[in-house]
Amino acid sequence: MNAASAPSKLYSDDVSLIVVLLDANPFFWASSAAAAGDSASSHHPTTTLPFSKLLNHVIPLLNSLLLLNQLNQVVLVATGVNSCGYIYDSGDGGGGSGCGSVPAICSEILRRLEEFVVKDRLQGKGPDKVVATGVSSLLSGSLSLALGFSDPELDIHSLGQILCLQGSPDGPEQYVAVMNAIFSAQRSMIPIDSCVMGVQHSAFLQQASYITGGVYLKPQQLDGLFQYLSAVFATDLQSRNFLQLPKPAGVDFRASCFCHKKTIDMGYVCSVCLSIFCKHHKKCSTCGSDFSQGPTDANASTDRKRKTSEVQP
Amino acid sequence: MSGSVEVQRRFDLAGMGEEATRRRRRGGEEDDEEEEDEDERGMEAWERAYADERSWEDLQEDESGLLRPIDTKTLVHAQYRRRLLQKSAASAASRIQKGLIRYLYLVVDLSRAASETDYRPSRMVAVAKCAEAFIREFFDQNPLSHIGLVTIKDGVAHRLTDIGGSPESQIKALMGKLECSGDASLQNALELIHGYLSQIPSYGHREVLILYSARNTCDPGDIMETIKNCKNAKIRCSVIGLSAEIFICKHLCEETGGSYTVALDESHFKELLLEHAPPPPAIAEYAAANLIKMGFPQRGAEGVIAICSCHKDVKIGGGYTCPRCKARVCELPAECRICGLTLVSSPHLARSYHHLFPVTPFNEVSSVVPFKLSQKLAQTCYGCQQSLLSHGSKPAPHVSCPKCNQRFCLDCDIYIHESLHNCPGCESHRSSTT
Ligand SMILES: [Zn+2]
Ligand SMILES: [Zn+2]
Ligand SMILES: [Zn+2]
Ligand SMILES: [Zn+2]
Ligand SMILES: [Zn+2]
Repeated sequence: MNAASAPSKLYSDDVSLIVVLLDANPFFWASSAAAAGDSASSHHPTTTLPFSKLLNHVIPLLNSLLLLNQLNQVVLVATGVNSCGYIYDSGDGGGGSGCGSVPAICSEILRRLEEFVVKDRLQGKGPDKVVATGVSSLLSGSLSLALGFSDPELDIHSLGQILCLQGSPDGPEQYVAVMNAIFSAQRSMIPIDSCVMGVQHSAFLQQASYITGGVYLKPQQLDGLFQYLSAVFATDLQSRNFLQLPKPAGVDFRASCFCHKKTIDMGYVCSVCLSIFCKHHKKCSTCGSDFSQGPTDANASTDRKRKTSEVQP
Repeated sequence: MSGSVEVQRRFDLAGMGEEATRRRRRGGEEDDEEEEDEDERGMEAWERAYADERSWEDLQEDESGLLRPIDTKTLVHAQYRRRLLQKSAASAASRIQKGLIRYLYLVVDLSRAASETDYRPSRMVAVAKCAEAFIREFFDQNPLSHIGLVTIKDGVAHRLTDIGGSPESQIKALMGKLECSGDASLQNALELIHGYLSQIPSYGHREVLILYSARNTCDPGDIMETIKNCKNAKIRCSVIGLSAEIFICKHLCEETGGSYTVALDESHFKELLLEHAPPPPAIAEYAAANLIKMGFPQRGAEGVIAICSCHKDVKIGGGYTCPRCKARVCELPAECRICGLTLVSSPHLARSYHHLFPVTPFNEVSSVVPFKLSQKLAQTCYGCQQSLLSHGSKPAPHVSCPKCNQRFCLDCDIYIHESLHNCPGCESHRSSTT
């Protein structure tokens, strides 16, 4: 009963609608740029790269996706710290005069990204300031936007595909929202691919890719990022059946507790509503159930007895 | 106007397929039945073509009596909104109290009666097929629950599988054991299950679901005593009969708080069976709420070789690692063989969280908002970025989220509340996320 692998659709053609979620978290990219500066002197391969260099890899990817099939549609969504926003939609037509020239598209994307980052920062300085710990970006928001956009009911001719380019660490407070988005993608059979550029693996994206049947990749060397992106993520869903794509290197199934939004690998689960808590409470804060007895290990009383027979012949 | 409605109703009756007839039959309007069947048989081929297409249903009378095509989109949306508002009102009234951890024994009657062929190819095969669908659906809706299988034949009950959390092994065991003979004994089955279910933890809901083909029960002792025991042990017994209503089954279900239904045909049987998949409303005294200690193991990398603790065998790839003692298990949910910790897959729990934190219903934005005002607001749907202006500059009906004030089209409204369970507007603003 694992929650795994979405059933694969049969594809009549390989036209894709690809929504790329680009992490535009200035906190992460600033630290990344600083680290890149430090390691420039040493001879280690680069494991970090500044945002401007990242765009040098991402914009060619968008262009090559469009070149692969003239009917492909690419949408770029920026994931900020305080907000998320649409940056570019190749299906829009109006702005870039349909088959707009590559440099025009490129400068358009850069301009809108810049606007977005400025606006995102201004929102943080609004009435409720972002705490210094708010270094995670709003993955739940951009995933929800991307799914709303690729809702299969709206456009049955193209197949949705979501690619997350994520650097920032997970925000445990988004756990429920991210999981809701993942299950919705699974139901709509939209695979979520993820390319993680941060220091740690992302548990959210590992689960997202595992459950929706997408590819999860954490590149070893970021200076060759375009190679990874074009070789792994630019393939359409039909071609994937014939390719040897990277196998998941384990999936982190840790959950977030409802009480402190901490990521935990062991905890207490309310038997009525299944809320997760990191320590024993007297009362469930979600459903109000009263836990008068002490903590229990499920089945602790019976397990010794029923070890022996699995299935009787 | 009323004349045309009458005509439509009569056509409806004539065109009703098997399914609709059945539904009516269940509704209790049995006197209509014969007449309908006659109607259907008496239809000419050309009549049937019209009856099947039911093209008149796409038309609707407006205020002045003119026929117009039905605006299905608004209609569907209106229906959906009614459902949504009902649901949110219901959940506000009673906080989520559902018995989500169920321990259910599924009893399959494999007595002589199960070989009868009124179900195709035989009752036994039809029951097994539906049971398979039920087991899958059950685990989907009750992520932490357990099922065990018991068969009755030759007057004795036999436990086919241990109560457990894996649908695949249960289904395999059932499919491998499809032979029937002898009499059925309700009492033996209940006694056997009573013994097993009395061992389960107190927070679990004990249930028995009996798929009963026989019309009699051949018992060694007083079955009333057994029913009393089941009642005292808080075991909820339900029966789905395949032949006719039997007093003892009815008595059993009434005493123990279960439901008793009798199937008319195979599709009805499946319907009745699947009604048992969603968790029944928890009755406070039936199971004590509890906090259960659980582990959320990590899945191992593909291609890594490890020895699992459940089969004590070398396995390549997959597998899960117990967070407490680091032992390897093959499948989730399971119980760590070494330290006894309950191991579950956290996405399984997360699947039900949208019940706990539903998206607030959106407000309908009236289309008669002064034009100036509506122009100031966003004119595209925040979800799909489609324009909200239908023809010219008149805004199409749309909704707005009361929390983030973003506007959504009707399609996105349904998608957000029925599938996504997140408001894209609220999620993409830090201040409003919680
Ligand atoms: Zn906590
Ligand atoms: Zn609870
Ligand atoms: Zn263990
Ligand atoms: Zn929309
Ligand atoms: Zn909202």
